[in-house]
Amino acid sequence: MSMPFYVSPEQLMKDRADFARKGIARGRGVVVIQYTDGVLFATENPSAALHKISEIYDRIAFAAVGRYNEFENLRIAGVRLADMRGYSYDRRDVSGRGLANAYAQTLGTIFSSGGEKPYEVELFVAEIGDAQGADQIYRLTFDGQVADEHGFAAMGGAADVATAHLAEHWHDQMSFEEALQLAATALGRNDAGDRTIPARDLEVAILDRTRPQARKFRRLADEAVNAVLTP
Amino acid sequence: MSTNGARLDAAYLRPGTSSFAEFLASQAPQLLPRGNGDFTDLAPHGTTIVAATFEGGVVMAGDRRATMGNIIAQRDIQKVYASDEFSCVGIAGTAGLAVEMVRLFQTELEHYEKIEGSSLSIDGKANRLAALIRGNLSMAMQGLAVVPLFAGYDLDRAYGRIFSYDATGGRYEEHSFHSVGSGSMFARGSLKKLYREGLTQSECVTALVQALYDAADDDSATGGPDLARRIFPVVNVITADGQVRLPDDEVAQIADTVVAARMQRPDGPAASLT
Repeated sequence: MSMPFYVSPEQLMKDRADFARKGIARGRGVVVIQYTDGVLFATENPSAALHKISEIYDRIAFAAVGRYNEFENLRIAGVRLADMRGYSYDRRDVSGRGLANAYAQTLGTIFSSGGEKPYEVELFVAEIGDAQGADQIYRLTFDGQVADEHGFAAMGGAADVATAHLAEHWHDQMSFEEALQLAATALGRNDAGDRTIPARDLEVAILDRTRPQARKFRRLADEAVNAVLTP
Repeated sequence: MSTNGARLDAAYLRPGTSSFAEFLASQAPQLLPRGNGDFTDLAPHGTTIVAATFEGGVVMAGDRRATMGNIIAQRDIQKVYASDEFSCVGIAGTAGLAVEMVRLFQTELEHYEKIEGSSLSIDGKANRLAALIRGNLSMAMQGLAVVPLFAGYDLDRAYGRIFSYDATGGRYEEHSFHSVGSGSMFARGSLKKLYREGLTQSECVTALVQALYDAADDDSATGGPDLARRIFPVVNVITADGQVRLPDDEVAQIADTVVAARMQRPDGPAASLT
């Protein structure tokens, strides 16, 4: 009878993390940028039907990179959690922090349980407040870690190049147009060289504080994106 | 329900339904609007709701009175609610249950929209509301019926539509105008004489305010315009651009005109005999 090889816990976790990281790096990146009236999400996504950015609740939105089936599953769970909490208490009682915690626990448990394959996803959960200072952006990684981001963030393929570009150009008084232009150039940055992503391949959505409705999330149509990006 | 900080419950991660009501029924049935016992006189009742279509949309209006037996329980209750951007629901019947049902219906529509990425068709919305009413059947048999009126703008066909219901969840499409609640007989009679094809939005709103006045005139459970307290009907207008609740001063202006005309002729505008 053959004996199984001993694998140290460090090695086991490292292998699982490498596996997840590889899956995430294969996909196209997502950037999130804070501007004066809200938070903007953008990603390169030629599909008009399979979204990477979605509404969760009145002031909360979600963006993801990685395996579609896994983050879609998490997105639906998030919508259910938010609607359940809003229905049983009140709409104001649904918070981005609560949602980020639930995601963190879920991803963390899956990552460290031996039975399941770790999720190959990384998520942003953003919530806007009444003023720019109250906005919150959380980054959740495949192992359940939560990080609080300020101003801007990028994840997925070529995230480091995009982050460097954002760090160089972001400032805290950005208009919506400036934010969208910055997002488009940041997504076009690549180790292999810069390129311009056509507006029809960009998926852009915003959480807009100035919207009169309770639901602040708005997806931007191609024409609207094009109008801002065309010089 | 999953508590703050714990891992998401397996049910939340399970692929399947985009219906919030079904999810709620499986996860937290205690939160569904229903109960046991005979509560006929326990809770206030909402009364008259009227709706009519016009060129380019639909209007729904409701009086502001809630009653408990012969007592006026509330003078400024809201009985017409936006269920989403392009539809609204007016409630007659047991107010507590009805308001809770509207909240569930609103969540149901929004939940579907978020999960599926597109809105339900207006027929789909009307059918979902029918299912919620049917879920309340046991309560209806104990005297706590909820009978809403549903109206919305059909984006595919580009006109306003009205649906009425019975306590068992039967769904009936109405044409031109309809009314539910205790004063509905009088309101409908009034609308029969006032309604015609091709009304403008403001004419349509005026016709509905007239109908509510007539309902209040003959039904003690329906509240007329309260000139002393400046409480006027809630009026929601839905067109292709979405839904607005008319501002109070706009409704007040129409109500004042209607009341002023009734000072001259208390029975309202006369229809021709032929």
